[in-house]
Amino acid sequence: MEKLVLRDVTCRFGAVTAVDRITLALARGEFVSLLGPSGCGKTTTLRMIAGFLDPTEGTIELDGRTISAPGRSLPPEKRGMSMIFQSYAIWPNMTVADNVGFGLEVRRLPRAEIRDKVDRILDVVRMRHLRDRYPAELSGGQQQRVALARAIVVQPDVLLLDEPLSNLDANLREEMRYEIRRLHDEFQITTVYVTHDQAEAMVTSDRIAVMNAGRIEQLDEPRTLYARPRTRFVAGFIGRTNFLSAEVRGDDVVFDGFAIARARFADGPRLQGRLTFSLRPQSAHLHRHPPAASEHAAVLPGRIVQRAYLGEHWDYGVRPKDGALVLRVTARPHEVFDVDESVWLELDAAQMSPIAD
Amino acid sequence: MDRSRLVWLLFVALLLILVVNPLARLFWVSFQDPTTGVLTLGNYLTAFGRWRYIEALINSLVVGLAVGALCVVFGVPMAWAVSRTDMPGKGLVWAAILGTFIVPNYLGAVAWILLAGPNAGWLNRVWMAVTGAASGPFNVYSMPGLVLVIAIYSYPYVFVFTRGALDLISSEMDDAATTLGAGVLRRTLRITLPLTLPAVLAAFIVAFLEAIALFGVPALIALPGRFQVMTTMLWQFFEFPPRVEVAAAYAMPLLVITVALFWLQRRIIARKGYVALTGKGGERRLIRLGAWRWPLLAWCLFVTLLSFFMPMLVVLQAAFAKAWGRGFSLDNLTLRNVSFVLIDQRATQTAAWHTFVYGGTAALIALVLALAIAYVAHRRLVPLSSALTYVAMAPFVIPGIVLAIGFYAAYTRQPLVLYGTAWILILAFATRFLPIAYANSDAAIRSINPELEDAVRILGGSRALALRRVVAPLLQRGLAGAFILVFIPATRELSSAIFLYTTGTQVLSVLLFDKSDEGNFELLASIGLVLVVVTVALVMAGFRVVGRDFMLRRTST
Repeated sequence: MEKLVLRDVTCRFGAVTAVDRITLALARGEFVSLLGPSGCGKTTTLRMIAGFLDPTEGTIELDGRTISAPGRSLPPEKRGMSMIFQSYAIWPNMTVADNVGFGLEVRRLPRAEIRDKVDRILDVVRMRHLRDRYPAELSGGQQQRVALARAIVVQPDVLLLDEPLSNLDANLREEMRYEIRRLHDEFQITTVYVTHDQAEAMVTSDRIAVMNAGRIEQLDEPRTLYARPRTRFVAGFIGRTNFLSAEVRGDDVVFDGFAIARARFADGPRLQGRLTFSLRPQSAHLHRHPPAASEHAAVLPGRIVQRAYLGEHWDYGVRPKDGALVLRVTARPHEVFDVDESVWLELDAAQMSPIAD
Repeated sequence: MDRSRLVWLLFVALLLILVVNPLARLFWVSFQDPTTGVLTLGNYLTAFGRWRYIEALINSLVVGLAVGALCVVFGVPMAWAVSRTDMPGKGLVWAAILGTFIVPNYLGAVAWILLAGPNAGWLNRVWMAVTGAASGPFNVYSMPGLVLVIAIYSYPYVFVFTRGALDLISSEMDDAATTLGAGVLRRTLRITLPLTLPAVLAAFIVAFLEAIALFGVPALIALPGRFQVMTTMLWQFFEFPPRVEVAAAYAMPLLVITVALFWLQRRIIARKGYVALTGKGGERRLIRLGAWRWPLLAWCLFVTLLSFFMPMLVVLQAAFAKAWGRGFSLDNLTLRNVSFVLIDQRATQTAAWHTFVYGGTAALIALVLALAIAYVAHRRLVPLSSALTYVAMAPFVIPGIVLAIGFYAAYTRQPLVLYGTAWILILAFATRFLPIAYANSDAAIRSINPELEDAVRILGGSRALALRRVVAPLLQRGLAGAFILVFIPATRELSSAIFLYTTGTQVLSVLLFDKSDEGNFELLASIGLVLVVVTVALVMAGFRVVGRDFMLRRTST
């Protein structure tokens, strides 16, 4: 059964529509990210789920019970959820143990049991030795762990995270991504995670909802999202890509300077008219000599116009011989080409996905 | 939701009683015939119908302008010296300016009567002794005397404003001019001063407004000097039988000028040129003055000598002297005056007690109200909460004396008679200093991230629990400071108290003023000293709680 359901949820502030008819369902124990640029409505959506904001239209249901509807929403304290805030919101006037135990205290658990649970969860986040410290004495990463412990210890129905890693430095952020996923695997709490960082979303999530201008553009598993973006926005927001405009003429899909047989595309028979394809830089390959012909790939001559060495890979700009556009292609570090060198460009049609503009 | 509605109504009611009703009554009364109750312009004709009355108004404006100018002359060089240069003795200058803040200005007036009273004043006696002349040149009971005394207790505003602006100018701006070949003088004149000009202008306006709204100093100096200013004139309209309606009409120009100038001041500060100063401070290096350090230090010491060292010296002497005129000798020493104030006389004892109780209660009321409004406004708990904010800040632009007349007009008659009780004083004090409480509460609330409360609620705690467990503990420090900041001016407030006290509700400031007719300066000095000691104790407490910035911080403006 579905745990948390958003039905046509809309939120307006005056004339501004921050969230525009969002529909989303989370299975029990599922981890879903709301991913998008700032101002896309992801935090507003999260705050509606938490109960800090009323939807202007639509409803939110938890276990089949309506908890949010225009004008009659359950207040946040009655929802049995917990949340991790961008600022962590660790109470500076309480020790680590007091912070973590607060939710249990509100639930009127016996003192001994609170102590027990607090210590156990502090073990899980490796913070037990700091249980009597005050937050001002903790580093950013440690505060983050306290926030996690505080949110998880109450075993919430739903766990909400609002860009929890945005205040950490890069290394710590990467570590905490895995930490969050590890805790999810351990406790299986239904989770909604708001972020603008695609790597964060991809590491942590079962599914990702990419949001733009108050709407969900695409909701899919991380792999599908990357390999099969359905809109220009999603293709551009998740990773880097090349946009290639084309036109279907008979059995060929004709690009600027080259053509590929329609049959080679994954959903070839359905392609028609003018369209745009997204081609990831690593789905194209460079060769010094013409490669053997294959089922899916198209091979065309080109010329290197730009290159940059980034350590983990090469970043090349390649212009097909008869065209004007420049394609971004990544290559492994040992694949060295010079600027102006002639190359053979191999494009895998199966990995080119048609997108809606 | 229902309960929060109730709370909101409570605050609205309080604000109506404290701010809106007195002002509305003031307007209303000024257009009302006192006997028939008919609407009329007669009060205005009476109020401005005599040359004497107009002359007092002109005197006030002259005093205001002269005070503003003198404050700039006093304060700007001091601010520049302390903020930008390597002048020695900065700590001493800073302490003396803090000391100037601590001396109630009417006590300063008493001190200057002792210093520059015709013939008997210390300065005249020193002059006569040195030159052998038959009389001294100084007379405090004059227009220049009045201007000087007000100015030496207002220049700290100019100092604080200007220093605040100077502190924000990075040395890089100076360096940029240096690389283009500008010397110290040109840099100061072309860059530093123009950048601080808005702050100086704003401070000039504050000093001007302070000067025209002041009651105590003019009453002590102008009246014996046989001239009037607006505030002393207002007081005379209140001589028995009180003519509230004429006073109300006469107070209108004061109110209008104040509101208009505060508006202008805000505009000046908000202008673009000033915004540049709020950027990143950058590195600041002190200007090396060389030999010029000493004249600058001399100037700072001269000003603080006038405002702090000399007045405190003569007040101390008078407070502990059998007769102040007999000078500094051991056999002239006595504790009689002080013990008279604190122990022997019931009137002074009760007045001292009232001063504390009224001041403390007023501070508490102002703080609770300000805190509630600030919280409601920041968390947007009720509609129109921003209107509440404006009402709470409104007393800032109402001169104390005008507020007092409004309170008198509003609460001497049914349905709510407060006149004759302590509450009219307490509520007037609370209203007068509500903006100080509000500015501090606002800053305190602003510093608390709403997520801290959200975190309580998402874990199942109510808003009340969030307030109790998280907000209140975090506010404690800031609010202790705010309480003291309201308590201090409330213990020394004279201009509104003088219109609202009755025989049973005297406070020390009123008592001091009342006793000034008797010429018993030893007693006046003792009462003043008690006030100063109280203030010092409070300021020390403030330092402990809040830190060194406590009093010279720019808050409400």
